Amino acid sequence: MSDLPTVPAAPAEAAPSRRSGGRVRVSGTDRIFLILMVAIPTVLVVAWVWLPAIASVILSFARWSGVGGLDTIQWIGTENYKNVFTNYPPFAPALRHNVLWLVFLFVLPTLFGMFLAVLLDRELRGTRFYQTAMFLPVVLSLALIGFIWQLIYSRDQGVLNAVLHTQIDWYGDSRWNLWAVLVAAGWRHAGYIMLLYLAGLKGVDPSLREAAAVDGASPVRTFFSVVFPVMRPINIIILVVTVIESLRAFDIVWVINKGTNGLELISTLVTSNVVGEASRIGFGSALATIMLVISLVFITIFLSTVMRGEQR
Amino acid sequence: MSRPRSESEYLARLIPPSVAGAGLSRRGFLKGTLGAGAAVSLSSLLAACGGGDDKGGSSGSANQEVTFGSNQSDAVPKKAYADMLAASGMTVKVNTVDHNTFQENINNYLQGNPDDVFTWFAGYRMRFFASQGLAGDISDVWGGLSGMNEALKQASTGDDGKQYFVPLTTYPWALFYRKSVWEEKGYQPPKTLDELVTLSKQMDKDGLVPIAFADKDGWPAMGTFDQLNLRINGYQFHVDLMGGKKAWDSPEVKKVFDTWKGLLPYHQEAALGRTWQEAAQSLLKKQSGMYLLGMFVGQQFPKGKEQDDLDFFAFPEIDPAVGSGAIEAPIDGFMMRADPKNEEGAKQLLKYLGTAKAEDIALKADPTVIGASSEADTSSYTGLQKKAVEFIGSAESIAQFLDRDTRPDFAATVMLPGIQTFLKNPNDIDGLTKSLESQKKSIFTS
Repeated sequence: MSDLPTVPAAPAEAAPSRRSGGRVRVSGTDRIFLILMVAIPTVLVVAWVWLPAIASVILSFARWSGVGGLDTIQWIGTENYKNVFTNYPPFAPALRHNVLWLVFLFVLPTLFGMFLAVLLDRELRGTRFYQTAMFLPVVLSLALIGFIWQLIYSRDQGVLNAVLHTQIDWYGDSRWNLWAVLVAAGWRHAGYIMLLYLAGLKGVDPSLREAAAVDGASPVRTFFSVVFPVMRPINIIILVVTVIESLRAFDIVWVINKGTNGLELISTLVTSNVVGEASRIGFGSALATIMLVISLVFITIFLSTVMRGEQR
Repeated sequence: MSRPRSESEYLARLIPPSVAGAGLSRRGFLKGTLGAGAAVSLSSLLAACGGGDDKGGSSGSANQEVTFGSNQSDAVPKKAYADMLAASGMTVKVNTVDHNTFQENINNYLQGNPDDVFTWFAGYRMRFFASQGLAGDISDVWGGLSGMNEALKQASTGDDGKQYFVPLTTYPWALFYRKSVWEEKGYQPPKTLDELVTLSKQMDKDGLVPIAFADKDGWPAMGTFDQLNLRINGYQFHVDLMGGKKAWDSPEVKKVFDTWKGLLPYHQEAALGRTWQEAAQSLLKKQSGMYLLGMFVGQQFPKGKEQDDLDFFAFPEIDPAVGSGAIEAPIDGFMMRADPKNEEGAKQLLKYLGTAKAEDIALKADPTVIGASSEADTSSYTGLQKKAVEFIGSAESIAQFLDRDTRPDFAATVMLPGIQTFLKNPNDIDGLTKSLESQKKSIFTS
C-alpha cells in the first residue's frame, strides 16, 4: 500500500552477494523453494478454480443431463441464456433478491458495523465485552443463524410475534421472508464489519488525530476528513467483503426452504438445477456463468482500484 | 424429492446439515457443494470397500458377496433392512448412504461404481435409467416372483418391455381424517366434488379447517394437482401430460387449476410456510378435518390409539365419465446395476427381496407402508394398512406421483415453483399454464 514506508535499498557494497543489477539473486535451494511456493498454489488454483469455471462457461452452451459420456452433450448455442432470461420465472426474482441483498447489507449492517467500530474504538468501559458480544454471530455458520432466528420468527412460538401481537409467518410469507432473512444475515455481517473496521482503526496513527484536535477539528470532522481517508485500504476491503457476502448468500435461504417462495437467489437456482436429480447441467451452468459475470464486474472494479492505489 | 420414511428420519431432518456434524448429512452437504467429482469418488470408494473379494468379475456365484446400496440411513429402517438382508442367507455387503444424498447423487452413483443391487423408486426415473443402460435387465427374476400383480409388473417394466425393478413397499395418497372427529360431527366421506364442498362448508361452520395443507417443501401440493388431474382428465391424460405429450396450457390442465382455485378457500391458509408435518399435526390435534397426503401422514400420529383413529377415503369423483378409479400409490423397491460384479448373486438377492418374507421384515420398521406382494403377511397389519391393501388392490389404475412420473428436471425446476406461484396467486391461470408449457418445451426437447 502507498502509505507503507518503503525499505531503503541497501548500499551495493554492503551486501554485494544479495544485489546485483537491481535483481535479487537467490541460491539453488531457495530457488526450488520459491518455485514450489508459486507452483503449488498456482496448480491448485488452476485445477480447482479456473478449470471448473471455464468448464461451466463451456457447458452453459450445451444441453446435457449429466448421464452418459461426453459425447451425449448437445451444443445448443445461447439457448440456455435465452431460456434463463425469457423462460424461467424464478430468475428475475433471484436477480432482484441478490441486488436487494447487496444494497441492504451495504446500507444497514455495513454502515452499522462501521459505526460500532468507531464507538468501540473510543475505549469505553467494557469495550472488550461489547466487542465479543457483537462478534459472536460471526463464528456461527449462516445456516445455523437461520435456525437461531427461527426461534424469533416462528409464527406460533416466536418472540417477534409475541411482542408485536401478530400472527405473521416470517420465514414462510413471501411478503416478509426476504426481509426477515436479511435481518438475520445482517446481524452476522455487522459483527464481521465491526471487527474488520476496528482492526483498521487501531492501526491509524494517533498523532493524526492529535494534530486534527490541535487544529480545532470536531471528532466528527476528524473522522470524516482525517481518519476515513487514511482507512482507504480497509474501506475497499469492506466494500469487497460486502459484495462477496451478498453474492455468495446461499446457506441461510437453503436451510429455510431451498430458495423457493420469495427467497430465490441465483446461487440457489444454480444448485437446484445442477445438483440433485434435476441435472440440468447446461442450464445451471448458464446461471452460474451469469453469476460469474456479475462477480467479475465487482472484482474488476476492486482490482483496478487497488492497483491504481499501488501505483500512486 | 423424498418423503421421510419413518419418524426417525423426520426427526433427523429437523437438524440442519451444519449442526449434524459427524453425521452423513454433513457429508451430503459437502458433496452437494463440491459436486460431481466428490460424489463419484465417494460412491466408488464405498463400492470399492465392498468389492474387495469380487475379483472373479461377472462370473461370481450366489455364495460370493453381493454389494447393496441402501438409502435407508436412519436407525429404525436401517436395522430393518439389515435384518431383511441377513435373513436372505447370503453374504450381503451393505453400503448405506444418507437418504437425500443418495437421491441427489443417483446420476453420479450409477455412472461411477454402483453397488450390485440398490434401492430406488418405480416410475419415470427407473425407466430412464433402464433406457440409458444404467440398470440391469432382471426379467428372469420376475419369472420367479409370485404375488406380484399385473399393475406392479407394469410399474417395474422399462420402455423396452423388460423388467428392471423389484417392488418392496407402497402406500396410497388419499384424503385422511380422524374417525373420532367424523363420528362425533356425523360427517360422511364425500362421493362427489359437490359433496366435498358441502362438507368443507360444514367443517368451516364447525370451527375446523376443512383441508389441512402444506407446501413448504414444494412437493406435497403436487399430490393435490395429481388427484384433481386424475379425476378431471383421467389416468391416461396424467401419463401423457407427465410424458410431455400433452400441453400444459390445454383447457384440460386449465380446468384442473380452475377447480383447485375453487377449493383453495377450504384449504389451510399460508401453506407455503408450512411443512407437511405441521399440517399433519393440525389433523392430529383435531384442528383440521381432513388432509390430502400419502399414508406417511400416519408417521405424525403416535402409535396405538391415535394411529388407529386415522382413516382415509379416495378423492371424490369430479366427472362421472372419468370416475374415481385412478389412484396414486408410489412404489419403492430395488434395481440391479447394469454390469453387476456378481450377477448371479445379485439376481438371487433380488428374487429374495421380491418375496413376502423380505417384505414382512422390512414392514416392521414402518406401519405407514404396505408390502407390494399380495402374499405379504397382513395378519400383523394395522387397520389402516389393511384398508390400504384393499384400496390399492381395487384401483383401476395406479399412478406414481408427479415427481416420479415425469422428468425430475421438469418436476424440480418448473412444476415446483410453478405450483407455488399458483398458490400465491391463483388468479393468473392463463399466464401460469402458458409459462409451464413454454418451459416444458425447452426441457422436453432432449
